[in-house]
Amino acid sequence: MRFFKDSGHLFRFAGLFVIAFLIFWGVRGFVVPQSFGKYGHYRAAAIDEIAAHSPHYAGHQACETCHTDVQDVKKAGKHAHLNCEACHGPQAQHAADPGSVTPVKPDTAVLCARCHAASAARPKSFPQVKVDEHAGGVPCQTCHQPHSPAIVDTPAATGGAK
Amino acid sequence: MSLTRRHFLVLLPTAAIAWKFVEAGTPEAAPNYTMSEHWWGMLIDIPKCIGCGNCVRACRAENDVPDGYFRTWVERYHVTDTNMTNPEVISPDGGEKGFPTAEEDAGKYFFVPKLCNQCADSPCTQVCPVGATFVSPDGVVLVDQKYCLGCAYCVQACPYGCRYIHPEKKVADKCTLCYHRITKGQTTACAENCPTGARQLVDLKNPNDPIHAFLKTHSVQVLKPQMATGAKVYYNELDGSVR
Repeated sequence: MRFFKDSGHLFRFAGLFVIAFLIFWGVRGFVVPQSFGKYGHYRAAAIDEIAAHSPHYAGHQACETCHTDVQDVKKAGKHAHLNCEACHGPQAQHAADPGSVTPVKPDTAVLCARCHAASAARPKSFPQVKVDEHAGGVPCQTCHQPHSPAIVDTPAATGGAK
Repeated sequence: MSLTRRHFLVLLPTAAIAWKFVEAGTPEAAPNYTMSEHWWGMLIDIPKCIGCGNCVRACRAENDVPDGYFRTWVERYHVTDTNMTNPEVISPDGGEKGFPTAEEDAGKYFFVPKLCNQCADSPCTQVCPVGATFVSPDGVVLVDQKYCLGCAYCVQACPYGCRYIHPEKKVADKCTLCYHRITKGQTTACAENCPTGARQLVDLKNPNDPIHAFLKTHSVQVLKPQMATGAKVYYNELDGSVR
């Protein structure tokens, strides 16, 4: 037993290691979130937190549950593929509470020009007008129904310059 | 009642199975959504883009993006016949308020909408020192804003310039591909509001997604393919002058 004669300090030292490791393990369990490492080196719970954000745009399916009349007008015209909120803005609040939240009517002078103002940069096949020459300050909806913009009632009224 | 050994042995496996359910915890926030069934990306059809800026405005409204910062933006390229390698690129206010009128001119113009490319091998997530940014199991690059320190390593690592430090939260922020929408069965705010269908959300794991047929018959590229980022934003008919 002579070999282990002065080995007490080694055991005390090893004991310190064990205690330090247990403290580390305890603190780690407390500090590192439970979902960390579930899918990779990140907190898996963050995925659900991001998914839980609430949308501001309700989506056209929500609009179409009530506004079937507009939907009928729209699907016959050139704007059939446009979703409602592309022009009317985010309407999730209106969709959630149609009684008290009333959407603002868009200003066609700004709205229509965003897409249809003539520019050489736009694809040639896309319908464009030189805004001031085309209407001379008359609001677009005087002649065009925005939900189905082609003028079909009066073929003679070919409108302003293209 | 006294528990006999026989009863105890019957109850033991039952309790073990019940404990498994307790450990599994509450079901996911989106009950009809399974991450492993999706692999998200986006298709951008360059010839359809008219540069209206609807996507930029929609993104700002949907995600409360602070003024002067962009999760998506639109660039206008002007390539002249004699100087193909140096296109004139403009993006005033990220295209949010539209573009100045282009006069009839030599050369060609086209618009390039940009956003996070949702890289499968993203350089931005690899440099994060704290595991605050990651590629989710359904292929979306996300930021855990509770974990982010705001060191901005990821901002400089992104080869596409798609990240920024949020001026108030002081953490990294970026396009989430509207993760809060796509997990609820909706499309992204930019795709929802694109008037020409130039932006489309695609699910590469969905065999019925029209993207599969589209990719077979169109000339599609990703940005900076030489960097092998595994970008999943596909550009149809992208001009070679776009870098």
